[in-house]
Parts: sequence; C-alpha cells; structure tokens
Amino acid sequence: MTPDVVIIGAGIIGAACARSLVRAGLRVTVLDRNAAASGTSASGEGNLLVSDKGPGEELRLAQYASSLWPDTVAELRRELGADFPSLEYERKGGLVVATTPAGRDPLLAFAESQRGAGVDARVLTVKQALRLEPDLNPAITAAIHYPEDAQVQPVAATEALLASARLGGADVRVGVTVTGGIRAADGALVGVRTSAGDFSAGAVLNAAGPWSGEVSRSLDASLPVRPRRGVVLVTTRMPHRIFHKVYDADYVGAVGSGEAELQTSSVVESTAAGTVLIGSSREQVGFDNRLRVSVLEELAVKALRLFPFLAGASVMRSYGGFRPYMPDHLPVIGPDHRVPGLWHATGHEGAGIGLSLATAELIAAQLTGGVPAVDPASFLLTRPSLAALVPEVA
Amino acid sequence: MASRMFPSRDDRIQPAEAPPVALTIDGQRVSGLRGQTIAGVLLASGRLSWRTTSAGATPRGVFCGIGVCFDCIVTVNGDRDVRACQRRADDGDVILTQYDDLPGHDDQPQHDELTRRDELPGAAS
Amino acid sequence: MTGVLVIGAGPAGLAAARAALRAGASVTLLDSSDQLGGQYWRHLPDSRAGVREDRLHHGWDRFRALQDELLEHPGCEVVPSAQVWAIERLDEGLVVHVHVGPPDGNRRPSRELTPDAIVIATGAYDRTLPFPGWDLPGVFSAGAAQALAKGERVAVGGRVVVAGAGPFLLPVAASLAQTGARVLGVYEASRPRALARGWLPRPWRLLGATSKFGELASYALSHVRHRIPYRVGHAVIAAHGTDRVEQVTVARLDARWAPIPGTERRIDADAVCVSHGFTPRIELAIAAGCDIRPDRFVRVDDRQHTSVPGVFAAGEITGIGGVDAALAEGAIAGHGAAGGGADDPAVRRDLARRATFTDFAARIEAAHGIRPGWTGWLRPDTLVCRCEEVPYGRLRETGRATCSTSLRSLKLSTRAGLGICQGRVCGRTVEDLLGRESPGGLLDGTSTDRRPIASPVRIGELAAAHGRHTSAATDAARHQHQ
Repeated sequence: MTPDVVIIGAGIIGAACARSLVRAGLRVTVLDRNAAASGTSASGEGNLLVSDKGPGEELRLAQYASSLWPDTVAELRRELGADFPSLEYERKGGLVVATTPAGRDPLLAFAESQRGAGVDARVLTVKQALRLEPDLNPAITAAIHYPEDAQVQPVAATEALLASARLGGADVRVGVTVTGGIRAADGALVGVRTSAGDFSAGAVLNAAGPWSGEVSRSLDASLPVRPRRGVVLVTTRMPHRIFHKVYDADYVGAVGSGEAELQTSSVVESTAAGTVLIGSSREQVGFDNRLRVSVLEELAVKALRLFPFLAGASVMRSYGGFRPYMPDHLPVIGPDHRVPGLWHATGHEGAGIGLSLATAELIAAQLTGGVPAVDPASFLLTRPSLAALVPEVA
Repeated sequence: MASRMFPSRDDRIQPAEAPPVALTIDGQRVSGLRGQTIAGVLLASGRLSWRTTSAGATPRGVFCGIGVCFDCIVTVNGDRDVRACQRRADDGDVILTQYDDLPGHDDQPQHDELTRRDELPGAAS
Repeated sequence: MTGVLVIGAGPAGLAAARAALRAGASVTLLDSSDQLGGQYWRHLPDSRAGVREDRLHHGWDRFRALQDELLEHPGCEVVPSAQVWAIERLDEGLVVHVHVGPPDGNRRPSRELTPDAIVIATGAYDRTLPFPGWDLPGVFSAGAAQALAKGERVAVGGRVVVAGAGPFLLPVAASLAQTGARVLGVYEASRPRALARGWLPRPWRLLGATSKFGELASYALSHVRHRIPYRVGHAVIAAHGTDRVEQVTVARLDARWAPIPGTERRIDADAVCVSHGFTPRIELAIAAGCDIRPDRFVRVDDRQHTSVPGVFAAGEITGIGGVDAALAEGAIAGHGAAGGGADDPAVRRDLARRATFTDFAARIEAAHGIRPGWTGWLRPDTLVCRCEEVPYGRLRETGRATCSTSLRSLKLSTRAGLGICQGRVCGRTVEDLLGRESPGGLLDGTSTDRRPIASPVRIGELAAAHGRHTSAATDAARHQHQ
C-alpha cells in the first residue's frame, strides 16, 4: 500500500511527525539510514525551554510545545504501558543568571521583553536565587526563574513517539538510506529511491536533522542546514545538589550567534540518575566528532562560575552531537515551495526536542488542510530572512 | 573465616616488615601496613563491603580489584569516587563510605511556595 | 632522536620500552600504577618487598632485568601513577593527556605529550558474565583474587570457589592457595570436547611455546600439591547470601553452556572468583583512531603498527596471547616505534617467538570461548549492569517495547553501561543480550568500547588546565612579538 507520507529521519522530529500524521489518519512510512533515536536526539540534554527564546514566532512555537508536553506524556504512558522506559518529563524550571555586572541589565531587559510575550519570567534577588539553588555561586549579578522550563529524556521520548506511531500503523524501516527522489512528469516529488528499493508516497517529509541538507540535495532541492557541534560533560553520580536547569545568560547569546568558532556557555543540571550534565558548546566544524580537550576545559571553567562546588566532581563521559543549524536560527516547518510534494521539518538547532510536538502538529495541520495553532509563515522557506540563502530550483 | 591477610611469618615470599598506617572509615579506626591499598586494609580487617548502591541500597566492596569496575569507590579526605583498590592507604586517611541516593522529588526546595511568597512586583504571574 | 611514548608497563610495554631504547630512541613509559610489571607481575610494594617474590611469579628474573635496565637507562623516563585520560587527535598529530598523582586524586598535575611514536600496551581485564547474586560482596573477578594475593598478600576468602573459563583460572587458584585460602574447586565451563578441540589439534605448537606450556604444567602441579579439584563442564550459576556470599550453586553445563536442570549443587563458600575470559582495554587505541578488528582487538601489521601512522600496539589488546607473546610483540612494537626495520637482527628472535603464539588466542577461543547458552542461568532480576543496577528483565523488556536497533538509544533508555565504570564490566554483555533481542543486530555502528574520556577527571582539574593553556598560549604569543 502506498503511504501518504514518507518521513526521512527517525529522530524526535520524524517520530513526532509520524505520530501526529498517523493520528490525523494518514498512512506513514518512516525511513532512517541508521537506527532510530541514534543521532542528534541521542546527543542532547532534552531541553524543553521557553527561557532562551526572545519574543517572536519561535517563542510562540515553544509556548505551544510547552502546552502539549504534559498531555502527550500522559497519553504515551497510557498507550505504551508501564514497561516502556520513563520519559522522565519534569517541569523543573529554569534559573538563568548573569555572572558579570555587565550581564545584569541585558538579562533583566530580556526577561522583561519575554514577560510581554506571556512568559512566566520571575526576577529574583540573589538571596531568593540561593534559596532555589543553595550551592549557586553567590557572586551572581542577576537571576530570573522560569517555572515553565522542563526536561524530558530525549531518547525515551523519541522511542515512545515512534512506538505510538507504530501502534497507529506507521511502518518504521531502519538501516535504509535515501539515495534520490522519484519525480512525476509535472516535476512533483512522488517518492524516494532507497537502498531498500523505491518508496512511492503522496508527500516526502525531510526530518533528517543536521543531515537534512544532504537529504534535501539528494532530492534536488538545496537547504541551508549545517551541523553545529555541541559537547556535554557528564559527571559521576553525586548527592542531589542542583535542582533546576541553571544557565549563564550568555547561553542566550551563544544560541543566537552565528559565529563559526567555538562558543561555550554554561548550562548545568542534574538528571534522574543522579549525574550532572554540563553543557554546552557550539562550533561549526562540519561532522568532525573528534574530542577536543580545550572545549572540555572551557566548559569546566564556566560550570565552576555557576557552581564552585563542582570543582571536586568527576567527569566520567563526554558526548558530542550535531545540531541542525539554520543561518537565521529558525526551523523550517512546511512545504518546499520549489518542489511540490517535498516537505521539511528540520533546522531546530538545539531546540528540536522541545519543539518536536509543536512542529509535528504544524506539519499535520498543513498537510491535512487543518488550521495550525501557530502561524506557519515564519517557518517557511519563503521567509524573508532566507531570501538570499534558498536558491530556486532550476 | 573471611578475607584476611596472609601472616608474614608463614609466607614463603618473606615480605619485609612494613610500618603501620591507621585510617578511619566512617569514624571507625582501622590499621594496616604501609603500601597496602585502602581496599587491602579493609579486606585484611575482615571487612568485605563498604559502598551502598543507589537504587537497591545493597552493599558493595571489591569486585574487579584492578581499577576497572569502580564498585569499591570511597570518599578519601573529601575527594569522592576514589577507587579503594587503587589508592594506597596513607596514615591518617579519613575515609567515608558512599551512598548516593537517587534524586527524589521530595528533596527539592519548594519552588511554588518560595515563588509565591517571593515574587517581585512586576513579575508575570 | 625519536621520542617514543609507551603506555602501559606490563610485559608488552616493558619490552617495548627496552626495544625502543636499544634502537636509540628516547622513551617515556607511563603506567597508572605506582609500580612496574602490570597485572602479570603485580607484586608487593617496596615498603613490604618480598625477599622471595620469585616464588610467586613466573619469569620474575626477566621482570627484574627489564625493570633494572629501564630505570637505569638515561634515555628512559619512567612515570608511574600516570593516568592517561584522553588522547586527542588534532590535525597536527596526537596529544596524550595525562594526570600524574595518586589514583582518582584531586588537583593532580597534568601533562600533555606529543611524542613521535606511541606504543599502546594497555592489556586486558577479566570478562565476568553476570549470574544471580554476582553483585553480592564476596563475589570477585578472578583478577581481583590474583591482584590481592600478589599485590597485598590478602586472600579474598577462607573457603573459595574459582569458576569461569580459560587457563587463567589455574594460576588464580594457585595464588589463592599460596595465600592461605582453601580452594574448594575450580569449575571450568567448557566441556572436555571443546577443550580438546582447542588444545589438541596442534600439540607441536605447545612444544614450541615452551614457557607457556611450562607455566601451565606448573599450575597443574600446584593444584595437585594443594589438592584442588578441577571440574570441567561446570559453572557457578548463582551466589547466595543476604549481604555477602554464603553459598554458591554449581551446575553441570551442556556444550552450549546452558545449565543442565537437576545437576545443581550448593556449596558453602565465603568467596567466589569468576572469570569467563578477557576484555582488552582498547579505549585509548580507539581514541587514537586505531582500526579495531571485528573480534574487537586492535588491528596491527607485522611490525605491530596500527592503522594510525606512528601508533603501535602490543600485548593483549592485539589478541589474548599470554606473557611470551606480549614480550615478543612489545619488543617488535618498540623497535618499530623507534624507527627500526621490520627484519633487523635485533627483533629476529622476537619475530620467531611471536610466530609461535599466533594461534594461541584462537585456541583459547576454541577451548574456552563463551557459548550462548550461558543466559540460561540468568533470571529477570539478575543485574547485568552493576553500576546502574539494570536487571536482565528490564533490558529485554525495553528492547522489546521500543523495537530499538540502536545501542546508543537502548543504553540511554535502560541506563545499562552508563554508570561510573562506563560499561567496562557489562558493555560486551549488554551488546550481546541486546543484539539477541534485535534480529537484524544493532545498527548504529557504535560500541561500548568507545570512551573518549578514558578515566574520570575532576572538573577543577579541567578548569585549572584551561588557565594554564591560556597563559602558555599567551606566553608563546608574547615571545613571538618580542
């Protein structure tokens, strides 16, 4: 039976889209050249953040996503049963601090602008911040509490969304590499050629994360997605002393930056396993995944600025991954205006876990002619910020 | 009978007499010989386990004995996660056993209560 | 002069260092221990040095000669208590990152080495398959019993059972007996037919491998002297006790190593030492970029050269071969690392000796290799990952529930292999068990052997090095401007 949609990529974006499309009544096939949940979705902290986004469409998408997570987690648990690994969803809240006098005013102004956009951003005194995080460096110069920030175990979430899609009839094929597109006489994309044969489909959804530029090229439509490397340090288990996602306000600057060279900004949090995650770096080095000790050292320095007690903690592992980076820092969610039948859900950079559910709903609404909960115009390839970067297909 | 040190006087390899070292583990004094590892001192004293696991709260001691498994870790003079089978005992070492409970949801500061009370004017609600 | 870095001071590393020195190189020899000799020649510390240490060791004189030559050689820097925690692959070459100081210390000085050539000789450690109760205190790897006996003169128990597979069980039992423990029995999982297959087809090889043959024969003799029963086709399939081992269950196994129902027998014991083979320590070789063979040993050519220019490997990480093979491989590797030719007279004898042992690993595998039926002794609540306390049942349920074919995903959703030992103990077992649940095998092409951070490092130590690098870089820049 010909599927309505072939999704390329079984990371969290592909998995969430598969589930939403299946629930919308479509027949879905998911392809991944590797295993599911083995790329970017298995390389991050599982951030569901509103705190790092300034007013605008991406924040609206994040707020929408934030509203979807609690019910989705409960639904998945009902559908999949207690044997399924826990999604470890926790609305633990974020605490964003400035660590320099110069960083204070920009952080307060940023929070003020977010409050204008409906974000619960609470200005704390240092004393109040220390009551939320008693081991925080008291030398901080400003602190904002974001109770809406949450966390999920990204691999469990991806596998759960995929398992749910499978229960709804989705066909998930792993170890299948897409090699090209199948075009109809009118130029429309009507399927993909793969290492496991041809797959016809009404639509092809590119959800290949940092590899979606490559996938898109194989379908004869360029897409300016590039890998942006990130590294996270994992400590050994320790007594629970960090209770929120705590990060340095320069994280916001690093996320929004387009600089290619190394940038690190401290994000520190505990996991349900008792370890502490220390992120995160941003570098554009292609798909080079070699360990760089200087990156680890810089992350360590910045983590100590937030939590001096971590000096004695041991790092037992580091992991690196590649974020799908778009030059204008917005994801691409919707049809490719140049190639009928080709759709994209990619380019979320470091926010893909959090935005996955909202992305999937937007795709499903657009594919089935429904009304999207967030205006999709800002996420289309036709947006002005991409004008110079998305050439028309000849 | 349990783990113990082979008496030197019976030992065919004739070990040299080593000066004693004394350490404390959770405040309890244990003595050994210079050059022994912390695990060696503890095992020689007949103690088979010292760490408590996080999930099952079960006892652990030495397993691999060569620094690979990390089962025997202890806190030594304030430094956590020291492999007792690798670290030589120093006279006066203060050893604490480790039991790292998994984070629960009841041990956190109470956000809601705190934020309600401490909310500043001008903050969104 | 060529600068050669040798990582690991067991038999292979010691031989490599000596050969490199003799070929005219300068050598830095690192070992995480504060003494030389590795696990094979593990001995009492200087403070308790044994007058007759030779009575506990094979080839003790050989070790002393090696050690003396290295310590006295002006071109050799021996750095004990040196923990290599990372090998960085920069475009300009490899950087070996080392902390020097007490194991798991704090504020240890760091060193970054950029040698002309590296010999990796990191050895191997016991592979112990899980069984019910293996997490009880009093259950040890066989290597633990050996290390404590040789390095501390501590016997892990009074009444001890030794079990598992492989020729290594014999010296362990002998060491235990020589440390005053009563060894109740050695239980070898392999059955006579497999043992015969592995050891008998080429008896002339054993004659060529005189020293290995002599070593095994002397252990056999020691067993007779200490009256230690040796039973083949048997395994310890459970340990019992509340907070320590009090009893073990021994059962007969079929040819696939599945326990035969009705053959179980309980034995009172206060310790059990178990090893089912060896896992090579290949994380540093992987970090250096070395190609790994499908059987998970480091790929080397005739000169012990790996796939990475200037990086050599020797000893158990290139195949389990025992001490004689390690010494020969080490010498060939060290000679090559110093720039010596493959057929120089200096290594001719080592090449011949190495050839004698080429099929030793294959024979051990044929005779003692792990057979798939062992999972027959697992129960759903048997821990597979000791660190994160992940039971066998959860591993299987998660595999089935997610249909995942990704090792990475399954590790993250079960936490197996994510604890402080970083899968060193359970990794290969987890891969085996999860692979059985996914018919096409695991797809993501990763392995539990990959550990870019090869040993825990304190955040304060990382941060301190950052400051130092920065000031070093600034100094360099200042010099350039002057």
